[in-house]
Amino acid sequence: MREAISQALMEEMDRDPAVFILGEEVGVWGGTYAVTKGFYDKYGPERVKDTPIAENAIIGAAIGAAMVGQRPVAELMTINFAFAAMDYIVNQAPKLHYMFGGQFKVPMVIRAVGGGGRQLGATHSQTPDAIFAHFPGLKVVSPGTPEDAKGLLKQAIRSDDPVLFIEHATMYQVRGDVPDEEYTIPIGKSKIQRPGSDVTIVTYCKGLELSMKAADELAGQGIQAEIIDLRTLRPLDMEPVLESFKKTNRAVIVEEGWKSYGVGAEVASRIYEEAFDYVDAPILRVAQKEVPLPYNRTLEQSALPQVPDIVAAVKEVLK
Amino acid sequence: MKKEEQLELYYQMVLIRRSEEKAAELYQQGKIGGFLHLYIGQEAVSTGLIAARQPQDRVITAYRDHGVALNCGIPANEVMAELLGKATGTSKGKGGSMHMADPARNMWGGHAIVGGHLPIASGMALGDQYAGNDNVTICMFGDGATNIGFFHEALNLSKVWKLPVLWVCENNQYGMGTSVERASAVSEIRQKAEGYQIPNERVDGMDVMKVYEASQKAIEWVRAGNGPYLLEFITYRFMGHSMGDPERYRDKQEVERWKEGDPIGIFRKQLTAKKVAAKTLDEIEERAMTDALNAVEFAEASPEPELSELFADIYAEEVHK
Ligand SMILES: Cc1ncc(C[n+]2csc(CCOP(=O)(O)OP(=O)(O)O)c2C)c(N)n1
Ligand SMILES: [Mg+2]
Repeated sequence: MREAISQALMEEMDRDPAVFILGEEVGVWGGTYAVTKGFYDKYGPERVKDTPIAENAIIGAAIGAAMVGQRPVAELMTINFAFAAMDYIVNQAPKLHYMFGGQFKVPMVIRAVGGGGRQLGATHSQTPDAIFAHFPGLKVVSPGTPEDAKGLLKQAIRSDDPVLFIEHATMYQVRGDVPDEEYTIPIGKSKIQRPGSDVTIVTYCKGLELSMKAADELAGQGIQAEIIDLRTLRPLDMEPVLESFKKTNRAVIVEEGWKSYGVGAEVASRIYEEAFDYVDAPILRVAQKEVPLPYNRTLEQSALPQVPDIVAAVKEVLK
Repeated sequence: MKKEEQLELYYQMVLIRRSEEKAAELYQQGKIGGFLHLYIGQEAVSTGLIAARQPQDRVITAYRDHGVALNCGIPANEVMAELLGKATGTSKGKGGSMHMADPARNMWGGHAIVGGHLPIASGMALGDQYAGNDNVTICMFGDGATNIGFFHEALNLSKVWKLPVLWVCENNQYGMGTSVERASAVSEIRQKAEGYQIPNERVDGMDVMKVYEASQKAIEWVRAGNGPYLLEFITYRFMGHSMGDPERYRDKQEVERWKEGDPIGIFRKQLTAKKVAAKTLDEIEERAMTDALNAVEFAEASPEPELSELFADIYAEEVHK
């Protein structure tokens, strides 16, 4: 996964001189998660800019540079620090094109690392994706495979709108095939990651990894789960979800963030609204328990969604 | 300062050093998780600073907080237990390395969002000003934290409202891998206080007695109702930013040069010059080592928090699910 993201950045920087990177420790350090390792030496300090610890300035400056024609990729060391730049992310970037009648463009990407499970405590472990997906004008992408990460990031950099690109801190080691040839993947397209006929699992990012494991386990028990990976939270593509649901009539939605007001709530509502006649069982959500994440490992793991939770939910909707 | 008090400071500095070394070992063994930011090299700053406070003075700091916790009088056992995520830790194992706290000892927390605690410190000082007492809030932060808006908003407010807060910048030359020169428009952090007309001073942070004297003066100046004051202590962290830092941003010689000015070594020399017997200092060092080892033993023997703790303390009041 790490390599796929690195490749996407490098290919786009090689392709388009307007693309540059800015963020904390992206240069000399090589990126806190080593995604931009080697970039500083290759592209130099003009295109790989170490910033002060100043999230407002990072995102604000990226917006400004984007407005005048550059294509900045701003890195937030973790998505938790997005809260220190919230006005720019949700109140400026997504509004500028619309509010000025289409006169301004903000072709900017914000890369941010999210997710729990690393014992970083309550302020450093969040999966607040749904909050950002609330705002029209912002595109929110969060891939679950290396292939998707690369193709979607390249497309995000080429997008004329601001894109929040959310990676997961525990997924950089995830392996997967990436096409040799140049490719991009459109933003706003969900994908069937595993075909099945008995139940629909809707998920994305870390939830995909967990759901794939759960599906293996379920297959051993004769249950074929179809997994739909949203990949983009806004604009949300419900087509493959609805198509699958009309076939299986049962769904479980898996996300790492808190359940309340989350991605699962949105997807379930849309299914109820658009495919009510096909509902054979209440749709269930698997998500994080409603607590700020604790440091203690056992407590933290017990608060995060796990494979057995997904298996249990699937069995419940199949009852 | 009396000789016994100086020896107590020596003990505290060595206790911090030994505890941090033990913590590093426990981290390597996988017994401590998450981030671990060690205070090795900076012991003189919080030791001298906190020695200069009165018991009613509040201390609040960033995530590099183990030493600060010990100086505030939190038992080494509880600090170590928190590092191991145990129920006996200062935050019941739910906070970890970055979140030591004990309001009874006027330690108002390590805080993990860079600069985030500065406006909170202004607020604590506001609360005390409002109450009409003479408490001083002592707010510690790194050089890197002075580049974020929080810092500027907090300083401005503290001056406008004449709040009883002592701003303490621990300038250890780097915020992660970014040197002060690469991140800050002015390399003398104290100059930033000038912009808000907050009196300020730059002090050698490797000499615990100099830290103590400057801090005492500043704290009493603030207590007298003069408004905020800023101290910049020049110091250095001998270890990486946190565990696993590849340290590509500085060379070994630079680290070695600073290590020659080890704050514990400097203080030991000063005490020896004041005719403190080597044997006395050795005994103190042994005591610190024993206490650090006991803390590890206590922490390892302590129970994990109950699973029910997961849902405890989300709200201060009873709230239905
Ligand atoms: C708002 C915010 N941005 C980024 C980080 C990540 N981060 C943690 S510590 C740190 C460096 C802070 O440097 P400094 O203030 O000098 O303190 P030091 O670590 O040197 O004690 C950074 C960038 C954070 N915790 N919070
Ligand atoms: Mg620093």
